[in-house]
Amino acid sequence: MSTPVVVAAALAYLLLLFAVAYAVEHGSARATRLTRSSLVYTLSLAVYCSSWTFNGGIGRASQAGIDFLPIYLGPTLALCLGSVLIRKILRVSRANRITSIADLIGARFGKSTGVAALVTVIAVVGMVPYIALQLKSISSGLDVLTAGQPVADPAATPVLADGALWAAIVLTIFAMLFGSRSLHPDEHHPGMVVAVALESILKLVALTAVGLFVGYGIFHGFGDLFAQGRASEAVQSLYEHVGLSRGIDWMVMSLLAAAAIFCLPRQFQVMVVENVDERHLDRALWLFPLYLLAINLFVLPIAIAGRLIVPLGADPDSLVLTVPLAAGQPVLALVAFLGGLSASASMVVVEATALSLMVCNDVVMPALLRWRSLDLAQRPDLTRLLLWIRRAAMAGLMALGYIFMRWDSQRYALVSIGLMSFVAIAQFAPAIVGGLFWRGATKSGAVAGISLGFLVWLYTQFLPSLAQSGSLPGAFVTDGPLGVALLKPYALFGLTGLNPVTHSVFWTMLVNIGAFLGVSLLTRQSAIERAQAALFVDAFRFDDAAQIWRRTAYLPDLVSLAARFLGRDRANAAFAGWARTRGVDAATALHADAEMVLFGERLLAGVVGAASARVMVSAVVDEEPLGVDEVMSILDETSRLIEANRRLEDKSRELEDATASLREANARLQVLDRLKDDFVATVNHELRTPLTSIRTFSEILRDHPELPIAERQDFLRVVVTETERLTRLINQLLDLSKVEATDSGVAMAVLDLAPIAAHCATSMRQVFAANRIELALDLGDEAAWILGDRDRLVQVVVNLLANAAKFSAPGHGKVTLGLSRDADAVELFVADNGPGVPPADREIIFERFRQSGDPLTDKPGGVGLGLAISRRIVAQHGGRIWVEDNVGDGAIFKIRFAPAGPNAQRAAAE
Amino acid sequence: MQQSSKRRDRLIGLFAAGVVLLNPPVLDLFSGGVIFGWPALYVYVFCAWGLIIGGLAAVLERGREVSRGDGGDSPQ
Repeated sequence: MSTPVVVAAALAYLLLLFAVAYAVEHGSARATRLTRSSLVYTLSLAVYCSSWTFNGGIGRASQAGIDFLPIYLGPTLALCLGSVLIRKILRVSRANRITSIADLIGARFGKSTGVAALVTVIAVVGMVPYIALQLKSISSGLDVLTAGQPVADPAATPVLADGALWAAIVLTIFAMLFGSRSLHPDEHHPGMVVAVALESILKLVALTAVGLFVGYGIFHGFGDLFAQGRASEAVQSLYEHVGLSRGIDWMVMSLLAAAAIFCLPRQFQVMVVENVDERHLDRALWLFPLYLLAINLFVLPIAIAGRLIVPLGADPDSLVLTVPLAAGQPVLALVAFLGGLSASASMVVVEATALSLMVCNDVVMPALLRWRSLDLAQRPDLTRLLLWIRRAAMAGLMALGYIFMRWDSQRYALVSIGLMSFVAIAQFAPAIVGGLFWRGATKSGAVAGISLGFLVWLYTQFLPSLAQSGSLPGAFVTDGPLGVALLKPYALFGLTGLNPVTHSVFWTMLVNIGAFLGVSLLTRQSAIERAQAALFVDAFRFDDAAQIWRRTAYLPDLVSLAARFLGRDRANAAFAGWARTRGVDAATALHADAEMVLFGERLLAGVVGAASARVMVSAVVDEEPLGVDEVMSILDETSRLIEANRRLEDKSRELEDATASLREANARLQVLDRLKDDFVATVNHELRTPLTSIRTFSEILRDHPELPIAERQDFLRVVVTETERLTRLINQLLDLSKVEATDSGVAMAVLDLAPIAAHCATSMRQVFAANRIELALDLGDEAAWILGDRDRLVQVVVNLLANAAKFSAPGHGKVTLGLSRDADAVELFVADNGPGVPPADREIIFERFRQSGDPLTDKPGGVGLGLAISRRIVAQHGGRIWVEDNVGDGAIFKIRFAPAGPNAQRAAAE
Repeated sequence: MQQSSKRRDRLIGLFAAGVVLLNPPVLDLFSGGVIFGWPALYVYVFCAWGLIIGGLAAVLERGREVSRGDGGDSPQ
């Protein structure tokens, strides 16, 4: 195939991709909606499958059978745990506007600029070989398509004739167009994401097409292919997997790939930064492994076919192209080339975007901001500067990648270069996992772990690779530095029998994890580290930061700071939007409280990274470090808790009290209930007794007409007596109900109690005389004015006198009716010398049907309503009635009334 | 809460199963064998892999229905 055709096809394809991306960012709503789909999210994750997969995987498979697979099995296993680990990274990153892996680690360890810069440097150094790998595969792909095989020694070709250089330039422009066209606080690049998703589809389609062509176009089905492979002695070994060392390599590769899936800058970019909806993750966690499975399904068959039909000695990494070519299918080869180009281009663009972000935010900007003579913090608009720093970083990265490719990578298979990068990137895994799940991980621990691990990587992976390409003396690897065999980079301290990658993983991880844990255990966290640790580890528990910094700012300062990086309009809109949710008017507010400062810082963090954002915000903010005030406020919080607790105890005590009084009321109700039952029983008894005797005697009279007349007279007398008693009872019951019914309606008049008492005594004299009881009067001479109803008062006094007569012994009983007056009371008393009222009964006797003693057995004459009626009447007069012991013996009933006013007395006297 | 911890346990179970099934020595049991004329190792790895993915899909897709309510909290 001629070079112009291939180049034109490649360029056309790249332009098509860009058109799609442009349409997504500027075009129709339908195109924009694409970015909200979980399928596009999943496909964008497939940026993981770079040309390493596309070309290198087949190369590896043609040499070592299924040994290429752990690179995809590892992520599958890691994603099983993804809903714990990756979701947490997502949550934390979104809440803190984290936009890169360096930002993540820097923010976790106290928003540290140093840590973020360290991570960035390592990521760049680790990723340069990986970018070189992509360039190499594009250039060798071009060579294979146009010349039939890759150029033997590209370093010998002139630079300008080198296809890889042009590939690098085109991809750099491409990356700039996609990844750094404008600044956005969320660092979303929807166009890039959709383009990557599209490329992922093409990768899968191209590889599957070649696979199916191999199975059914070249061979008679895959059974035939595998059978032919088995027949060939050279290929047979691809079907096997044995040996302890190979097993260890397999597991180490799985582990590396598992770490890479969340440590690679480009994976972080597509998985975390470009994520628009957390729910997409649930689907991607299984759909992405499915993609990995699908794209690897035909790798081994293609590799076997390559071994069978492509002449020995051909470049194994180009088999996906040479197999269709060998079978006379140049168009299929071109499709395969475009698939490989997709793989490379997507990887390079996303990686360059992610890395340039890190370089800009975590290395260049912090340095520039500290460079006082530049006075950067005072510039009005920094958005352009930021964009150009990023573009420069992209160009620099691509240049480094190209240089590495041209002078170093030629002797390496793609997979070895990729693995070297994986080991470097895996150095972040302990700090990330530890930082997210272990609150005690300190900044010193993270720095020690990452930097020592990186140094060991440099020694066991990077320097030997330079030695092999001739930049360093080869003896460095074979004999050790200065001939010290113990320090041989591939057999450090005499550790032999492992392949270089496994060997390096062992030493780097030993040093890294050891230092991370050890130093963390031995050092202390600063206040901000502790705050960030809590924020990260408890990401699922708290939505927002527990603020231990009391920071306030002049709001216009904060807004204009943000405006310098975001542009005036965007910054204003962001603050206004935020203020609206808090019910603040951003246009009139002057002071930003701690929460608003935090919002501003996170807004900036989205553009320039957490560490730089913190440095810049602190310039406009009055910040009180964790001092007495903060401690006090934390204590305050505690004391408020204690206070709340105490109030709770009070409440429960009150409740207990309420319960007690309720119980008491309940008991009283029960007593009342019993009283009511007693009342009904008593009324029943009181009515039934006379009725029974009336009926009995009447029946006797009816049934025995022969009874003597005297007996008949007796019986009739009983009937009359009982009838009277019944009448009395009914009258009194009526009285009681009348008194109770007219509680408020008593006709009151000013009365002199003395003549009323005298009248009562007169009317009762007959009763006393009949029982031979002496009735004495002690009424005094003066009038005793009270306010009252005469008839009612008579009823009370007569009742008291009748009771006294009833309870006094006939013959020597003595009852006194008296009155006493003083300034504030008129007191009437009835004293007798009867048996008296035991103290326990002194309340009871005033209740209805309650008499002293057992109401059913002791039966004094009377029905037990008199005193109840009296008390009710006295109460209606605003007075009080009670009983006490008489001087000597017997009982004395007293009634106390309020005297009527002096005017009333005078008016009545005239 | 209980639902999500159940889900997490299942995912961890899948992870453990994957570690055992997709690594030596279980893997080596199929080395060199033949199933219907295809290399046993190749067939086995892809089947086991597919099973794990199927399990993941079952757990995660069922969880989606349950967690839909709390899934959409976006601080921005």
